[in-house]
Amino acid sequence: MTSPLGKDLLALEPLTPEQIRLILDTAEPFKEISERAIKKVPTLRGSTIVNLFFEASTRTRISFEFAEKRLSADTVNVTASGSSVSKGETLVDTARNLEAMRIDMVVIRHSASGAAQFLAERIESNVVNAGDGTHEHPTQGLLDLLTLRDHFGSLEGRRVCICGDVLHSRVARSNIWGLKKLGAQVGVCGPRSLLPNAVAELGVEVFDRIEAAIEWAEALNVLRLQLERMQAGYIPSLREYSRVFGVTRERVERAPRDLLILHPGPMNRGVEIDSDVADGPHSVILEQVTNGVAVRMAVLYLLAGGRPELAEAAKRGEK
Amino acid sequence: MSAQRPSPVPPSTARARSKVVLRGGRVLDPSQNLDAVGDLVLADGKIENFWRAGDTAYADDYHVVDCAGKVVAPGFIDVHCHLREPGREDVETIATGARAAAVGGFTAVCAMPNTQPVTDNQAAVGFILKQGQAAGAARVHPIGAISLGQEGKALAEFGEMVHAGAVAVSDDGRPVASAHLMRTALEYARTFGIPVADHCEEPTLAVGGAMNEGIVSARLGLKGIPAEAEEIMAIRDILLARRTGGHVHLCHMSTKGSVELIRWGKERGIRVTAEACPHHLSLTEDAVSGYDTNAKMNPPLRTEADVEAIRDAVRDGTIDLIATDHAPHHYDEKEREFADAPNGIVGLETALAVVMTWLVKPGIIDLATLVDRMSVSPARTFRLPGGSLSRGTVADVTVFDPTCEWTVDPARFVSKGRNSPYAGHTLRGVVMCTIVGGRIVHHTAG
Repeated sequence: MTSPLGKDLLALEPLTPEQIRLILDTAEPFKEISERAIKKVPTLRGSTIVNLFFEASTRTRISFEFAEKRLSADTVNVTASGSSVSKGETLVDTARNLEAMRIDMVVIRHSASGAAQFLAERIESNVVNAGDGTHEHPTQGLLDLLTLRDHFGSLEGRRVCICGDVLHSRVARSNIWGLKKLGAQVGVCGPRSLLPNAVAELGVEVFDRIEAAIEWAEALNVLRLQLERMQAGYIPSLREYSRVFGVTRERVERAPRDLLILHPGPMNRGVEIDSDVADGPHSVILEQVTNGVAVRMAVLYLLAGGRPELAEAAKRGEK
Repeated sequence: MSAQRPSPVPPSTARARSKVVLRGGRVLDPSQNLDAVGDLVLADGKIENFWRAGDTAYADDYHVVDCAGKVVAPGFIDVHCHLREPGREDVETIATGARAAAVGGFTAVCAMPNTQPVTDNQAAVGFILKQGQAAGAARVHPIGAISLGQEGKALAEFGEMVHAGAVAVSDDGRPVASAHLMRTALEYARTFGIPVADHCEEPTLAVGGAMNEGIVSARLGLKGIPAEAEEIMAIRDILLARRTGGHVHLCHMSTKGSVELIRWGKERGIRVTAEACPHHLSLTEDAVSGYDTNAKMNPPLRTEADVEAIRDAVRDGTIDLIATDHAPHHYDEKEREFADAPNGIVGLETALAVVMTWLVKPGIIDLATLVDRMSVSPARTFRLPGGSLSRGTVADVTVFDPTCEWTVDPARFVSKGRNSPYAGHTLRGVVMCTIVGGRIVHHTAG
């Protein structure tokens, strides 16, 4: 079965705008399944999916697992602390062993950029990237796009600013590509030590000051600041980061227009985002989480060969 | 202690006395501005004579090799390769490396000392030399470590290593982080007339880097190594060479900025020489897209502007010579996540063809310049035997076909290494015959 996405979903960068819209459109009918009392359709009955998590994750893993279970797939969770290398088995051996068990799909989270592609090139099963190093996190990008689209209708010409540690963020990369492909204008804001040196070549507006970013943007996607960045010397202190770059109520209230606030989680309250903002009227953070399940259902459905025009029927329980 | 270094001899002298005639080739020797069709006669391990094209008849005891349509050049010399022995005989041995070198047209190679244990003493140097002689292929010249264990702290015993046969010192694979150590090494090496070859990399800037820092690293989410990591150390070394009067040789230069700094140093008469690798003359960071670990090396593949600058520098002599940085790795070591894969590619068997394809074919350099950068200049820079076809020189000769095209298939390499970014590329230029000390160590049919 060839899916309209190809064999795998590894990144948003190589996708066409049509493919991205297809995923988002397919996610729409799946949203409703999660609102039912019996949250299950038989679409992927008989399919086996392995969730291969080499890096700690709660939200993404659970979201994928719900998506799989609500589509009636059989799932196995493999979690490994640290990398496959420290475990003693190489990633390629892990992949071949899974393949030998005749699985249909692998959802992989790994600390190395390129790990999902590495796996995809070596096994025949469909591979979904659930975050590879500092490269991409395509399903997070898609759920952010879906959330923004829910509010904006269309992303064409909309101004979205990604705030924080863009350098180390796979969420940032997936967002940048996805937003640009759907016609949005993308800004980034953060200390220059946490932006890629070649950031301007990514085709984004760069803001040194969060106040300027807020004045410009219609939505902010606030990235989690990994606490180890301070130890690694990228920034002097979390306190100063929060004072200079934190998304605070004061700053948000000065916005010239209504501002949507997104955050991929988990949040460091009081560091990159104030609780007042995270829990405030502009926050769509929990909508993102809800949309995450629907988007992942759509991705799994499409990769398994599901026809987008039949997603409505699938929702009704017809296989 | 003698100022004269003992020269490694070819492993077997059994056939060294036989006479060889390389007949009817284009004899190209920039060391004496020779470019003429004729017969090159080798006898007793030395270049005996050159006869311009004619119908010279040779007695039966001459082994005549038909070289019509081929280029006959002084043997190529690679001043930078990793033969992995002792320590990693599973990925290369001195014997397999020396044979791969011969296949690539190299009549001599210099083995870097980052072995296990490190080649940092006279006994270790003697071992490399002995294994090289036993291999009976390309000559193997050992390079000794700058610091004991390549730890960047205490100087290794240059004097004893040179006496045992080392031709240079280097901590290659690791940068010499301490400017004081580099200064001392340059001063001390002067005593023995050897170059100090440095792997230029500012370690705090390069830490954790897996590729060139730029737009591609930003896209792929890989930690980048900025050009400045190389350039800062290049200028440091050039300034220390000025201070000490020592000879610094800058390994595998990869950036436009480095070229400008070397040019600056040379204009001031500072004793700086530099090398470039075939991969930095042919490939850019784009080769990393798709996370191909065979495009991972240190220094990393850079941008198109850098590649162009390095090509220009090879043409105008700012970069003195071409060296392979041949670095075999086990298949399994490269078959993994990009950030975890080791740096380096094999290069001995593709060097000529890569330079032919990317520099000679498009007319950036001519064949005489290629021969200079791969033979004459390395011999002069590292003060090695060979690098000339003048009468009485050691009979180290390479015969190659400059027009023949072939497709790279790593499975057919003589080296144990298969890690080549050129797999599947169709390249131009094939080595037909490699002669070391008058003895044919590699010969292809046809």
